[in-house]
Order: sequence, then C-alpha cells, then structure tokens
Amino acid sequence: MPAISIRNVTQRYGEPGSPQSVLAIDNLSLDIARGEFLCLLGPSGCGKSTLLNIIGGLMAPSEGEVRVQDVLVRGPLPDRIAFVFQESTLFPWYTVAENFGIGFKYSGIAKSEWGDRTAKALSSVGMAEFTNHYPSQLSVGMRQRVNLARGIAAGTDILLMDEPFAALDEQTRMVLGEDLSVLLAETNKTIVFVTHSLAEAVYLSDRIVVMTARPAHIKKIINVSEPHPRLPAFMLQPRFSEWRNECYAALRDEIRQAMAAAESNGDPP
Amino acid sequence: MRGGSALPARLIQLGFVAAFLALWFVIGRTGAISPLFLPPVEAVWSALTALVQTPQFWAAVQVTLTTIVEAYLIALALGITAGYAITRSRFATKVLEPIVSSIFAIPITLFLPLFILLFGIGTASKVAYGAAYGFFPIALNTIAGLAGVENHYLNAAKSMGFSHFGTFRHVLFQAAFPVILTGLRIGFFVCFASVLGGETISSVSGVGRNIALSAELMEPARMFAWIAVVIVAAILLNGIVSLFENRMRKGPA
Repeated sequence: MPAISIRNVTQRYGEPGSPQSVLAIDNLSLDIARGEFLCLLGPSGCGKSTLLNIIGGLMAPSEGEVRVQDVLVRGPLPDRIAFVFQESTLFPWYTVAENFGIGFKYSGIAKSEWGDRTAKALSSVGMAEFTNHYPSQLSVGMRQRVNLARGIAAGTDILLMDEPFAALDEQTRMVLGEDLSVLLAETNKTIVFVTHSLAEAVYLSDRIVVMTARPAHIKKIINVSEPHPRLPAFMLQPRFSEWRNECYAALRDEIRQAMAAAESNGDPP
Repeated sequence: MRGGSALPARLIQLGFVAAFLALWFVIGRTGAISPLFLPPVEAVWSALTALVQTPQFWAAVQVTLTTIVEAYLIALALGITAGYAITRSRFATKVLEPIVSSIFAIPITLFLPLFILLFGIGTASKVAYGAAYGFFPIALNTIAGLAGVENHYLNAAKSMGFSHFGTFRHVLFQAAFPVILTGLRIGFFVCFASVLGGETISSVSGVGRNIALSAELMEPARMFAWIAVVIVAAILLNGIVSLFENRMRKGPA
C-alpha cells in the first residue's frame, strides 16, 4: 500500500468553460511509497504548491482524490501529515517552545510529552539552546531550522515541504540540505518536497517528478538511485551532474512555455 | 527613546511647563492681555484651590468620569465586534471598510442635537455621543489588524488542525493585537474629548457643563481652573494608558 496515492486529480479555478477558467492541474495520478523522498520539480506557477496543498488537505481538488495510508483526504490530518512552509511560519508572538506547544495541543499530543519532543526536535537541527527565544531574535536560517524542527516534532509519518529553503541564501541552503538528508535518513518519513532548485532535488530525492507548465501533469519521473544519507561529495560525482542534466533537459521546454504563457497573459516576466 | 537619555528628556519637558507658567505669570503682571480673556495665573490657582474643596466639584468629576467610562465600554464592545464580524468575509471588508472610514471622516458633532433629541439633555446623550465617536477608530483598527493577518500564518494554523476559536485566539488576535491596541488608545481619547465637548455644548452637569457655565457667568478664573483640571486629568490618563499599553505589548520589540 503506498503512503500517498493521488488519483486523477484535476484542479480548476473559475467556472468550467468560462473565459476566466484556469486549469492548474490536469488529471494527475501518482503513488508515493512509504519512506520515499519525492521531489516535485517544475516551472514557476505550474501548480506544484497547489498539488502539495491538495495532498495535505488544505485545498479540495475539483476532481479526483487523494488517499493517505488508505484514508481519503477531506481536510487537514495533523496526526498523519505535517507541513513545512516556504516562509518561516513560526508565530512571532510566541517563543520557540510556545510555537511547538501550540502545534502539539491541536495534534492531540499529551502535555507531558511537549517538553521532551521540543528538546529532541530542536537538538536534531542544532537549535537546542534557543527554546525560549522569540523568532525575531533568530536569523532567517535559524528560524527555518526551527520551522523544520516543528514539522519533525509533530511525529507524523508524512512531511510535506513547500520550498522550505527558498528564502535562504545559497550557502545556508546547502548546509541545511545536507543536514536534512542526514536527519531524514534516520526517520524513515515519507516526504514530498517542492522545489525550484535542480541541485537540491537531485541531492535529496529518491524520485524526482518533473511537471509540465500549466496545466500541470507529469512530464517525466527520474529515479535517483543513490543511498542515503548522502554526503556533499555526492555533488562532485559525474552521476550527480547526469541526473541534474536529465532534470534540466525535461524542464527546459516547460520553462520556456511557462514564460511565453506569462507574457501573453501580460504578467510581468 | 534611546537608553540613558530618559532623565534629561523629562527635565526638558518639565522646563517647558515651567516656562509656560512663567510666561503666563509675566503677562498677568504686565496686564498685556485683558484678565477677562486670560486671568493671572495666581487668580486661577486660588480659584482652583477653592474649587476642589466644594462637593459640587467632585460631583461634576464623578458625572464626567462615569460618562466617559460608559461611552468607552460601549465603543470598545461594539467596535471590536463589528471589526471582527466585517473581516470574516473578504468581500464584506472590501465593501464596508471604506464606508466605516468615510463615516468617521464626517464631523459627528453635527449630530449632537440629534443625540440630545433622542437621549435627552442628561448624561445618556453624552454616553451615546462619546460611544459613537469612539466606535470608529476602534472598529477601523480592528478591521485593519484582522484583515492584515498574513495568509501563511493562517495556512500553518490550518495544517496543524487548529479549531476556529484556536485560530482566533492564537493567530488572528495575536497578529492583530498591536494594531487593535492603537485603536483602543485613539478610541479612548476620542471618547474623552467628545464627552467633554458634548457636556460643554449642551448638558446639565459634568465638568464640561461647568466650564461653559463659568464662561457664561463671566468667571474666567474659575473657567481656567476647570480647564486646568481637564488638562491634568488628560496627562494622567495618557500616562495610565501608556503604562497599560506597554504592559500589554509583551515580547521583544
């Protein structure tokens, strides 16, 4: 049984047939195995984040369905699925510990476990001593580490990550990517990761799903058969470049098509 | 204010007050301005000391304070409720926010005679008038605060399974709180000013009524004594409100 099963998902905005109607996702089906690290890679605005939100129950698809461990997704499932968002979504009015606590409260985790869980998750990202800090007292990179730890601390089998490193500079991003690879090799979580970055996709994934320009469907699936945990030396291997080039070759036409579509809509480039 | 400069800043502020009183004293001595418009500061002081010893003084203060508190509590309850209700829908916010802010731009003073007709010459009309004025800044800031909550916080709350009330308590209210607090502060002083203004224009009791009465009876020293009371009260209230506000704004700046 797959951890996540996406069946004929179509997402449409506006009334079908009307001129304002936009087809974001077109009849997409995909199975994601237990413990798999899967990347969704595609041109900007292709519907990657939309698909992630549908998987996590934050949005209902126009057609089709998603099952998580054979349960039909009808809304958020905080006991099975945790999100890590693009921007740090730590609440700035609470301390780090309070941010974790509030998440635990609504996931139905017993209060006696909060302290341990928080400490464990924070030390796994090297942030153990910042329990009582407010997010504004941390750097952007540290905030995103804590944000990641909050996703892990939820203790769910599934983690959905929507460009979690997008706001970071390249160096911080690479270090966090390395940490993530090591961290997740131990946990055996099923992860769906949305990214723009080819290198990030190859470095982290077991499988890369390359998506087409809008309306999104699957263009190509690339298997990255490299054991975890991966070390930075992996990036220097010829096979790393080959996988990266394979991704780019699949993406290239789609990026051009997405740019052309944006221009004809009068969107800023 | 930067650290360390608190004491000199206070001294300069007190210096301004002293200079103002000194100037007033000198003007009184020279007789440059008719005492009918500006009585000498000593005359005002003796009027003030006489005034605070009368039971009528404390009765008037009590009437005015009660009116302000009642007006403010009504403005607070209605303003926050309306702000919350309006922001539940993006469409309603778009339609109603400009309407509320345009009404606030109208001088509500124009309707004071209507308030007197509806609620009588007693305190009820001043409560209604102060509440009507104070309502707008509170409602507008509540709308601005709640509508300005960033979507990614709401999405995060949703993904973690927050209840409706949990989302309000831990996300909406927390994020909007600094903006709402500013509205509560403005609302308070608008209430204070409109209750006193309403009393001065048309009423039978209260501090404002006594100011108007002293003017009508050609007792400028007494009138200025009453005004001095209002000024001191305003400074004290401002201090109390700031203290309260600082205590509410917890966490690092």
